[in-house]
Amino acid sequence: MSVRLAWRKGLNGVMLTLTGVAAFAVVSVLFLILGYLIYNGGKSLNWNFFTKLPTPVGETGGGMANAIVGSLKLLLLAAVMGLPVGLMAGVYLAEFSGKTLSFIVRYTTDLLNGVPSIVIGIFAYSLAVLPVKHFSTLAGGVALGIMVIPITVRSTEEFLRSVPNSLREGAMALGASKWKTIATVILPAASGGILTGMLLALARVAGETAPLLFTAFSNRYWSPGWTQPIASLPVMIYTYAIAPYDDWHRQAWAAGLVLLGLVLLANLGCRLALSRSGIARSS
Amino acid sequence: MSASATTIEHAAGPESGPRALIQRLRHGDEVAHLITLVFAGIILLLTSLLVWELWVNSQLSRAKFGWHFFYTRVWDPVFGDFGAAPFIYGTLVTSVVSLVIAVPLGLAAAIFLSELAPRRISDSIAFLIDLLAAVPSVIYGLLGIFIVVPLMRTIIGPALINTLGTLPGIGILFKGPNYGVGFFTAGIVLAIMVVPFIISVSREVLLTVPRDQREAALSLGATRWEATWQVVVPWARTGIMGSIFLALARALGETMAVTMVIGNDPKIVTSLFAPGYTIAAVIANEFTEATGDLYLNALIELGLVLFLMTFILNGLARLLIIATERGGGHPA
Repeated sequence: MSVRLAWRKGLNGVMLTLTGVAAFAVVSVLFLILGYLIYNGGKSLNWNFFTKLPTPVGETGGGMANAIVGSLKLLLLAAVMGLPVGLMAGVYLAEFSGKTLSFIVRYTTDLLNGVPSIVIGIFAYSLAVLPVKHFSTLAGGVALGIMVIPITVRSTEEFLRSVPNSLREGAMALGASKWKTIATVILPAASGGILTGMLLALARVAGETAPLLFTAFSNRYWSPGWTQPIASLPVMIYTYAIAPYDDWHRQAWAAGLVLLGLVLLANLGCRLALSRSGIARSS
Repeated sequence: MSASATTIEHAAGPESGPRALIQRLRHGDEVAHLITLVFAGIILLLTSLLVWELWVNSQLSRAKFGWHFFYTRVWDPVFGDFGAAPFIYGTLVTSVVSLVIAVPLGLAAAIFLSELAPRRISDSIAFLIDLLAAVPSVIYGLLGIFIVVPLMRTIIGPALINTLGTLPGIGILFKGPNYGVGFFTAGIVLAIMVVPFIISVSREVLLTVPRDQREAALSLGATRWEATWQVVVPWARTGIMGSIFLALARALGETMAVTMVIGNDPKIVTSLFAPGYTIAAVIANEFTEATGDLYLNALIELGLVLFLMTFILNGLARLLIIATERGGGHPA
């Protein structure tokens, strides 16, 4: 075997091994993250975390009950504001689209999806905080709602497109008008996928911190109604992690574990359900 | 699928004029079309409103500083003097550092997944990598503060200073006091965050490369690696570039994780171990404390700059990916 051939074979072996190492290194990061959070968060997670309010500085104990409820309220608002728009726009793109306009809508949706979340925060601030001059749950909901829209549009469109054409033709052949076909045949056929897509969109914004910093702000107490500042899990993790108190760090780990657990479970469930039903994975 | 829809529309087409329109309105099709169109219009409206609000609300700062804003190093809220240079510098440096780490790693992993791993293993690893992409950025920040920063202070930093720091030329990047927080730490955290995007897009692009390209190279006597590196990767390079642009756009706009590990010091220094500041981080930190309209306007102008940077990159990335999927990435 010539030296040149040996070199080529050696290089082949080394490089291919390196690609494998790279792949497993990246995957192991996921397990490192999980492991660290379970280890550190598990130590500080207790029943109080879910039922008590945060304690004043210096006093140990307490929990983040208000932040958990706050995150749920914000997600509810985001769902109410963002999901219908995303769904209908997705129906438009998949079923009614013309050429130029749908290209523009699709491109704008991608653009909106790529806007940094902090900039969405500024936008929601100027829409919902500046006019009334105070932070509110509503403003946080607006910020998250805007982020939900582009994700929902794309997944809805994709799942509608994956409905076989024969179903559309069958319904129309029976004399159904187009909207009736969509409402009674196409949407129900794609509903599983569309709903999972929506859940994924909510899971994605559930972890968003930046757009909430100056819209929903934060709150150490309960926030009744929709017009006061409200605490949320991601913002609490942030403020607790950068604070200089050990007890707060412990709480941050616990909150991180809860948040990551919820987000990953939602993702895991949705993606498994999608791959089982054989529908193409949305990226 | 739209083919069938258009034929049916055409069948009803010849009858035009107001009567036909009323007929179709009664059917409800046009109404449904209109309603969905309105919702699609909301997206266009929101996006233009976003640009408009950023533009209008940065008015004071744009009028006062003009182009100076981009190359002034002073950030002095007390005297109302604002320059964006340190933040733009920090944003670019952290993003470049993250790409230097993430691109080789991500590309290698994508090659492994598309060229070597059996389909089943490749799919399950891709699944895990998608999960990694779903981890909220504040969690990365949490791990950054408590794991990467101490590691950087005790192990990675000193190791780099003693090796790369002694080299002529690039050595100046790896000199100076090592605080643990700073550009390099932010770059590491960002790299971990963007690598899933590079992998999943690159993998999909690599999988679209026709099988006969690989077979032709192998039959000419190329080794597996040579076939991959000299034939498959060049074929897919446009799409891979697209994935890198997407990753870069994400790195530029990433806020929480960076804010937590960058050190928050608006300075322009060559050492990567020095604390710095990024556009997104300064907005996150100072927005709620901004007293006075000019201060707030300056921060919103920073937001506008960030928006434009990611806007251009995302636009380019989409075009590149579309081009590859249509086969335009092929050199011949």
